[in-house]
Amino acid sequence: MKLSESWLRSWCNPDISRAQLLEQLTMSGHEVESVTAVAGLFSGVVVGEISAITPHPDADKLRICTVSAGGDTALTIVCGAANAAVGMRVPTALVGAELPNLKIKQSKLRGVTSMGMLCSASELGLAESASGLMALPDDAPIGMDVRELLQLDDVTIELGLTPNRGDCLSVCGVAREVAAVTSAPLQREAITTIPATVATTFPVSINESAACPRYLGRVINNINSQAATPLWMQERLRRSGIRALGPLVDVTNYVMLELGQPMHAFDLDRLEGGITVRSASAGEKLALLNESEITLKEGSLVIADAAGPLALAGIMGGERSGISAATAHLFLECATFSPDALAGEARYYGLSTDASHRYERGVAPNLPPLAMERATALLLAICGGQAGPVVTVGEAAPQPAAIALRQQRLEQILGVSFAPEWVTAVLARLELQVVYAHGIWQATPPAHRFDLAIEEDLIEEVARIYGYQKIPVRPLRSAQKMVATPEAKLSRSTLRQHLINQGYQEIISYSFVDPLLQQQIDKVNQPVALANPISADLSVMRTTLWCGLIQAAQYNLNRQQQRIRLFETGLRFIRDPAGSLLQEEMLAGLICGSVRPEQWGETLQQADFFALKGDVELLLAHLGRQTKVRFQPATLASLHPGQSAVIMAEDHLLGYLGALHPQLAQALDLPENSYLFELKIQPLLLGVVPRFAEISRFPALRRDIALVLDSAISSETVVNCIQEAVNALAVDFQVTQNLFDLYQGEHMAHGRKSIALGLTLQSQSRTLTEEEIEHAVTQIITYASRELGAALRGE
Amino acid sequence: MEDLNSIAMAAEREISAVTDLKALEQLRVNYLGKKGIFTEQMKGLGALSATERPAAGQLINDSKKRVQGALEARKAALQQLELDNRLANESVDITLPGRRQEPGRLHPVTRTLERIESLFAQLGFVVAEGPEIEDDFHNFTALNIPETHPARAMHDTFYFDAHTLLRTHTSPVQVRVMQSTPPPLRIIAPGRVYRCDSDLTHTPMFHQVEGLYVDEDVTFPDLKGILADFLQNFFEQDDLQVRFRPSYFPFTEPSAEADIACVICAGKGCRVCSQTGWLEVLGCGMVHPAVFQQVNIDSERYRGFAFGMGVERLAMLRYGVNDLRLFFESDLRFLRQFN
Repeated sequence: MKLSESWLRSWCNPDISRAQLLEQLTMSGHEVESVTAVAGLFSGVVVGEISAITPHPDADKLRICTVSAGGDTALTIVCGAANAAVGMRVPTALVGAELPNLKIKQSKLRGVTSMGMLCSASELGLAESASGLMALPDDAPIGMDVRELLQLDDVTIELGLTPNRGDCLSVCGVAREVAAVTSAPLQREAITTIPATVATTFPVSINESAACPRYLGRVINNINSQAATPLWMQERLRRSGIRALGPLVDVTNYVMLELGQPMHAFDLDRLEGGITVRSASAGEKLALLNESEITLKEGSLVIADAAGPLALAGIMGGERSGISAATAHLFLECATFSPDALAGEARYYGLSTDASHRYERGVAPNLPPLAMERATALLLAICGGQAGPVVTVGEAAPQPAAIALRQQRLEQILGVSFAPEWVTAVLARLELQVVYAHGIWQATPPAHRFDLAIEEDLIEEVARIYGYQKIPVRPLRSAQKMVATPEAKLSRSTLRQHLINQGYQEIISYSFVDPLLQQQIDKVNQPVALANPISADLSVMRTTLWCGLIQAAQYNLNRQQQRIRLFETGLRFIRDPAGSLLQEEMLAGLICGSVRPEQWGETLQQADFFALKGDVELLLAHLGRQTKVRFQPATLASLHPGQSAVIMAEDHLLGYLGALHPQLAQALDLPENSYLFELKIQPLLLGVVPRFAEISRFPALRRDIALVLDSAISSETVVNCIQEAVNALAVDFQVTQNLFDLYQGEHMAHGRKSIALGLTLQSQSRTLTEEEIEHAVTQIITYASRELGAALRGE
Repeated sequence: MEDLNSIAMAAEREISAVTDLKALEQLRVNYLGKKGIFTEQMKGLGALSATERPAAGQLINDSKKRVQGALEARKAALQQLELDNRLANESVDITLPGRRQEPGRLHPVTRTLERIESLFAQLGFVVAEGPEIEDDFHNFTALNIPETHPARAMHDTFYFDAHTLLRTHTSPVQVRVMQSTPPPLRIIAPGRVYRCDSDLTHTPMFHQVEGLYVDEDVTFPDLKGILADFLQNFFEQDDLQVRFRPSYFPFTEPSAEADIACVICAGKGCRVCSQTGWLEVLGCGMVHPAVFQQVNIDSERYRGFAFGMGVERLAMLRYGVNDLRLFFESDLRFLRQFN
């Protein structure tokens, strides 16, 4: 909502500075978003009258004007404007005047001395562009400073109004607020009823009385639609951000800005039959004033006549019945449309207008008769004509109900003790009818405050006028109980910190991704698609966090970053087999390039499967999980079939890791040594509280064994087999194993490999004897030989 | 018997001339070994009479000790020298960097979120979470935003179907918490939110932190106190000016927006604060009775306040980031700055 300070002050003029006025608007809930001067900075421009015009002897397009500008002698001013005419009063920049982009000096134009300059509106910073001189009113006093004449030391105030305050979408509404906040009187201009001078009416009927409770219509005959809108009105419109478009439109816009009631003017001669307010049928067409044609949807509220829809109710008029320079007879519409009926309509048709903006937020039901009389008076004054009687169909909404406000609750919530009479006065200033008795105010809101319905609404009003800043601050009271903090529950923050320490950079990517990219990565899950995506490449929800990581890797590789280690946490959106949506929190990472940064004393080790697996294992180890995690070969289309694994915790899938499939790497323009992991976060956060175990006081003894076996046997199989062998020992001491070497190569038969294991044997109660150790190791080897077809290396 | 004195003097001469431990050991063998000079001398004692023997033995022993002492001293000196040499040889350029992994960094938004969480944790606010794909009941209806409410239009919602959407704010989490947990409640709900809007100052996804405090005696002065304390701590300015001005949210009443004195220009007026000297940083208000009604909390007994803030905005102000879109470009040159 834009309005000029001078217009506002003509309604309510508190004795405070501009800065204070703006501050009070903001602090009472009507945020001042911008303040702009209504004109460029200029000085030395006065009202001048062109008394004579002669052609320039040496230039076709220039003319020599004689201008009286209040001085002792008339000025000779050379002017190129085509609209310069004798008798015209125009802004005249005197020698020495300073215009926004120009300083006026006496100068010669093609040999003729010019004693100043006649100005257009744009030269004074009053318009973006202008054709020709700015015409001033015929009664503008000659010699008067133009700034004074047009009250240009004014500002346009732009208010960011909240959607509940539709009543403030007018100068009158804002002035009411200023009056309530400052206690300055509201100078309401009396609106007089204009009696009908002709009997002409046009029939109106309402089919949708819930959507349109009341409709006022009035015919005005024989208007001069070519009349000029007075400069003061043009200026007020301009300062409110509305262009002047001729007197008929200007007057309806002016009344809307002044009172808040949107109106519409139809060309009476183009109407057929009568006005009906009705629901549209699907498929009806309507050509609008903005030269577009829309196809109406079922149920949209329209103003129609016998020939079809005329206007989209409360939003925009139609081209067929629109007024033009030829309009002689007018039908004025001034109606109440319910916000519910118009909700979403303007948006649906892509037509956000000043009228729809107001109707969606609600227009006071008492306004139509006032606005009708005001508009009639202005039109008759500007365009002449004879007004017919006002035809009213429907009823005004009933008076809002009284609201009870309890003093105790008011004071409890705001933490302030109020004098009852002060609160009564505030509510009265807000134009509520108020009675106070036994600690309770009964307050009935005025028609325009349809936002007030419950006690809290009134508490907010009192707080607003009292001033939020004056409400005290209560010192903090600590929580009475500590917050439950399960030690075994790990935080995401710990998770992230471990990855950061391992050199991973956190990224945050959009949760919606490019379906084409995602389909390359995840061929299994059908993504959830947005109905109204912002663009095609952000149109489906991610089923894996790898999309964002891959795009981030591409982005950085294209910017000379070679070593990439990224991770992200967030939801993935997939459907379970039953079809219900799962929003699962995941942790995913991507590495490519070298594992560690280039540095002295170390040859760069490129990322490989085991570098990534090590990172994941380290992360799992950090989290203190007790459940053993297993890596099993995976078949994910996006990963290298020989270098990928699913990560299982008992029977639960924890995640995936592996090398990006070489074909995919090529398709995505990523290096082949790109490795990815993705883990479910929730199971990662289940830690354990540690439990102490006795430390043995007896020495641990180690025996290393190297087993030669078929290279197809996985190390996990070997380790599991050794564990089984240990379990089968049935001894009272511990045997633990550590795989410390793997050899395949020229000293090994084809298809065979050697796995070296360190066995550590230790008892809680004694020093183990050589025989015990020897026996146990032999048993283990025998078991492994039998189960795995393994032989001791060197034997 | 040779002149023991000259033997000892010769030994001392040789010992002092020796420059390495190996040669010194050879000398020790020469003089003190089984076949060494002093051993030979001791053997000579047998030729002496019993009366002469003790004195002569004593003389040999004295000389031998003299040589032993010289050997040990020389050995210690040579060992020290060797150690010195070794240390000198082993010295490294300690200004060379250590071999290391380069640590990553938290994303600035996560960093900011964690900071907000830890500040509110001190006041007993625990983290609550909710889904990002929401239904219109939790995102709108339960928050007193009925179907026809103009605020629904303001939200620029991403829809999947008529009733399923991407949450436009973290406020639905307060509904979910109030539905499942009886008061008193102190929660904050951080997370991703989505609006169908993309330009210089809007990204279609961003982060919010929602807060909710419900108890029997929660008042507007509590709201002011806690939020001002938070903002002053977040920006680490004890005297940071905070102002509350009336605003409108369907789910709170009275509603307010909190502004802080511009942290860029200290309230003097700059481009960031549009010359106003103030920066809007959060929305807040007392929980609307209609919301309590939706979750069956007795609004006569309980009151509460709720607040919501944009995390990217706070991060931008805190770290001086001048372009919102940088947060989601994943540019390592940007992300690595948040050390």
